[in-house]
Amino acid sequence: MHEIRFFEETAGNLYRRGLLKGGVHACIGQEAAEVGISAHLRTDDFITSTHRGHGHHLAKGADPKRLMAELLGKETGYCKGRGGSMHVAAFEVGSLGAFPIVGAGVPSAVGAGFSIQQQGTDQVVVAYFGDGALGQGTVYEGMNLASIWKLPVIFACENNHYAVSSMMEDMVALKDIPAFAASLGFCGRRVNGQEILEVYQAAGEAVERARSGGGPTLLFLDTYRFEGHYFGEPEGYRSREEVQKARTEIDPIALFRAQLMESKVLTLEKAQEIEQAARATVAEALVFAETSPEPDPEEYGRFVYA
Amino acid sequence: MSMHDSPNSRKISYLLAIREALQEEMRRDPAVVLFGEDVVRHGGGFGVSKNLWEEFGDRQVRNTPISENCMAGMALGAAMTGCRPVVEFMFMDFAALAIDQICNEAAKISYMYGGQASAPLVYRCPQGGLSMKSAGAHHSQSLEAWFTHIPGLKVVFPSTPYDAKGLLKTAIRDQNPVVFIEHKALYSLEGPVPDGEYVIPFGEADVKMAGSRATIVASGFMLHLALQAAEMLAKEGLDVEVIDPRSLKPLDEECIFGSVRKTHRAVLVQEACRTGGVAAEWGMRIEEECFDWLDAPVERVAGQDVPIPYARSLESRVWPTLDGIVQAVKKVCYFK
Repeated sequence: MHEIRFFEETAGNLYRRGLLKGGVHACIGQEAAEVGISAHLRTDDFITSTHRGHGHHLAKGADPKRLMAELLGKETGYCKGRGGSMHVAAFEVGSLGAFPIVGAGVPSAVGAGFSIQQQGTDQVVVAYFGDGALGQGTVYEGMNLASIWKLPVIFACENNHYAVSSMMEDMVALKDIPAFAASLGFCGRRVNGQEILEVYQAAGEAVERARSGGGPTLLFLDTYRFEGHYFGEPEGYRSREEVQKARTEIDPIALFRAQLMESKVLTLEKAQEIEQAARATVAEALVFAETSPEPDPEEYGRFVYA
Repeated sequence: MSMHDSPNSRKISYLLAIREALQEEMRRDPAVVLFGEDVVRHGGGFGVSKNLWEEFGDRQVRNTPISENCMAGMALGAAMTGCRPVVEFMFMDFAALAIDQICNEAAKISYMYGGQASAPLVYRCPQGGLSMKSAGAHHSQSLEAWFTHIPGLKVVFPSTPYDAKGLLKTAIRDQNPVVFIEHKALYSLEGPVPDGEYVIPFGEADVKMAGSRATIVASGFMLHLALQAAEMLAKEGLDVEVIDPRSLKPLDEECIFGSVRKTHRAVLVQEACRTGGVAAEWGMRIEEECFDWLDAPVERVAGQDVPIPYARSLESRVWPTLDGIVQAVKKVCYFK
């Protein structure tokens, strides 16, 4: 979680210094949802991600160096600078990519689930999407298909409460997650996405179900994004007080650290050590990315066709 | 190879040629799977996939719900993880629901991800009018130009059983998303197809009729109208060359340019409505590369810029006609 947090903060600094172009969407505040799920995933399991996807990738084991290099549009990035922050993928660790068209990764997750079923392995797929994607028919289509074919797909809806400026409550009529999933023939759970142990427990059950042929699960993770929709967004739709309250009261990293220290699993010293190590990893990634070459402009036509 | 004089030729329909390509590829490679609405017992919208489920079962043939966008994207996810899906859209018109997954996702996967992934999949799209008469605005369109516009897609459009089988096999083996267009009016058309294995590479046009006075370029059902026009014109003393591009993207420019440089005149035919169609693209490329060889302005014969109407009187008025092609050739030849 620290690594994701520092990675995003570093990206924010780069943006403010004008070094990072394009839309960059940070997942600060949402780390527990991603890490709690990925803790159950193997490298050969798949994920599909979103425009807010750095955390999904790092949690799945992506190399921070190559991820940062991609953000900076460098040839050493995962996508050799062709994708950028919003269109990154890391196939070496099972990421089938970030789909920044809202909800558009869900069909690919279902398709990967079909491949797994066809090949008879025990891999699973996690389709990440946000509360805003509940407005997309494609997401329903994907859930319906995964259910009728009993595919090993975990639908992980991170409800950070805002689709850009629109509140989930104003845009999504869906209220009862378990009932919604049950009516589609699978299990659905609403989880406090700020409590990593709660996410871990719910995700563990979902992954186990998918691995053993029990079909899909919907995890609806209540979370909160501490940054705007993208770096530099004016955020006229919510108050500073609301954000500050969230940062103080429901920071998933602070909550987990307090729990671990209270139960004497973690000392302050060890906590600081973990934090420093994560900071060093991200700093190293930044140096790698900054010193990497840009793609050769004459290679603009490479990769259009495989 | 020319099929017309092969001793091993049989005559089979365009529909059966497509089914044979599917069947042979599914036998050759268990990663080839077919998704679509009603493709199992019903054989798909037009019966192309009849009996395939009986042979290959759920593992390789799946009925999908009426979820075109998800179907197109599911094929992408499956293609990125080891399958080689073929998706049947019941009608090309319905692919409109899947434009996001086809054009934003599948087409761009290789590029966006810097070559980490490829999407070896085929979207089969039955299109066009003229067979199901009075099918109206949502079941008759010709939409190939929507897809030729998108980098990362390949688009093929066979006009004969021989081409349909050879091109579909190539499409299934290609590492990229291919929009494979089938013309509905051609399903019952019979033609020679050899017994043995063959494939037709993309980007190779076929000169369906050789001639010297003008070049007609046409695909799908229009190719057959163009051939009829050429026969009529021959009787009047104009011998015309008829080229079938077969693959619209990549396009065999050299074949078209070579013909135009020889005949000095070009008539470009498309069933699709006029504006922004493939004929406009062909015409521009001819202008760019063959201007000095042209003896007359390039002519275009195309559908009217209207939705396809229902009433027979209106419907037959909006499609290109045999006479329209004949007149266009006479015009570029200044033939009175």
